[in-house]
Amino acid sequence: MTQLLSAKDVAVTVNGRTLLHDIDLSVDAGEIVTIIGPNGGGKTTLVRALLGIQDVAAGTIARMDGLTIGYVPQRLSLNPMMPVKVSRLLTSAIPKSRDEVIAALEETGVAHLIDTSVHVLSGGEFRRVLLARALLHNPHLLVLDEPVAGVDHAGELVLYELIQRLRTERGCGVLMVSHDLHVVMAATDKVICLNGHVCCTGQPHEVSQHSEYVRLFGPRAAEALAFYEHQHDHEHDIHGDVTREHAHTHDHLHKEHTRAG
Amino acid sequence: MLDDFFVRAVLAGVGVAAMAGPLGCFVVWRRMAYFGDTTAHAALLGIGLGILLGIDLTIGVAAVTISVALLLLVMERQTGLALDTLLGILAHSSLALGVIVIALSPGLRVDLTAYLFGDVLAVSVTDLAVIFGLAAFVLMVLTLIWRRLVAATMDEELAAAEGLAPARHRLVLVLLLAVMIAVAMKVVGVLLVTALLIIPAAAARRISASPEQMAVVAGCLAMSAAVGGLVMSLYLDTPSGPSIVIAAALIFALSLLPLGLKRG
Repeated sequence: MTQLLSAKDVAVTVNGRTLLHDIDLSVDAGEIVTIIGPNGGGKTTLVRALLGIQDVAAGTIARMDGLTIGYVPQRLSLNPMMPVKVSRLLTSAIPKSRDEVIAALEETGVAHLIDTSVHVLSGGEFRRVLLARALLHNPHLLVLDEPVAGVDHAGELVLYELIQRLRTERGCGVLMVSHDLHVVMAATDKVICLNGHVCCTGQPHEVSQHSEYVRLFGPRAAEALAFYEHQHDHEHDIHGDVTREHAHTHDHLHKEHTRAG
Repeated sequence: MLDDFFVRAVLAGVGVAAMAGPLGCFVVWRRMAYFGDTTAHAALLGIGLGILLGIDLTIGVAAVTISVALLLLVMERQTGLALDTLLGILAHSSLALGVIVIALSPGLRVDLTAYLFGDVLAVSVTDLAVIFGLAAFVLMVLTLIWRRLVAATMDEELAAAEGLAPARHRLVLVLLLAVMIAVAMKVVGVLLVTALLIIPAAAARRISASPEQMAVVAGCLAMSAAVGGLVMSLYLDTPSGPSIVIAAALIFALSLLPLGLKRG
């Protein structure tokens, strides 16, 4: 398994205040890692540090040689006074042909928006456009900050399925931040529960039983995983076959494929 | 042809406008309007120091506008003050200091109005050479860093994550602006420079579908405003700098008309 990105004993201090300390984590190729945690827990700060935008006060961040990252920020500071079409946003950092742009937009299902102004997109459309933009860089690692913020519940499920499919098809690693517990738990191989430090980490079902997790999110959060599995006992497995087994069996299969992936 | 003061004025106006259009787009996109104002106000201090030290005024002004622009960048990062507060402090103290320095200059009576509102009818052939040399330089640098500068303007964090060094590009932009403001002072004056940056860009927004298009359109509109304003000042005997600004404002008003144009 290729390790794409890892952090060891990382600490981040801003204006004399320690926001993060003793952070250890790693993301492998083909692995979906989700950072969850309460507001102010340092999720976005950690992502910024891993991306190299935020200086670290201690510790080391190691990247695979030649690592390309596709970053999907929570929002853009794009001023509406700048006229920008979707195609122009996708090619803002690197020039790409229109065919490549269309291909990337098709992957996220928004090719019809290519000549639309980015200022009139809905929240869900904008997420997909940003995701397509990240894919255009052919990343080894996708970094997504709150990928479903501002997206309705149905759109959320579709987006998470899309992210899982991208991982399977492209074999890239995925690191995402989310405060959303319900869906994220089963769409993830590894969960990192963050509150200034790594409270607990592991596979979703392990973390959801962890006392630190229960303390942070409340006892009802432990039911999040069960809730998801009942909704999705007919999902596709890694080979693209529909698994029609009972929810319990599916959970077993899911664990199998995360180990293999 | 260059013997005619009016031809020289038009050329000077067009040269400055060619820079003001594209640079003004960044001022609008990055919400830097007050930044332009502050730098322009500080230009008066450059006049004062130039007179006091007996150096070329354009060089004096450029030195001060560049220093103030750099000071702003540093202060923005170092102090906890809000940017508009900082700019307000810097703009007016440097303007006040400039007026005092000029008033204290011995044995020299300076017409402040020429600096506050521009005196484009008095530009010399040397001034023209400076304006066109700088315009060529500014536009060349802008072209070279265009993609990265636009990306950094769209979102600094994203640009930083993608290794595009947005801080360096912001510095370059600020330096180009300081240089442009220093030479634009001759044409529209300290108090009206920001208008030449912002109004053509705002008018261009309405009829542009991409950042590139907006920059070119803003440049053309700024040049039209310069020519139109000067013609207006010739026939109506109005002050030239304010006439250029009014011409730009009229163009902006026209751009508000519903023309059914495609917007980006």
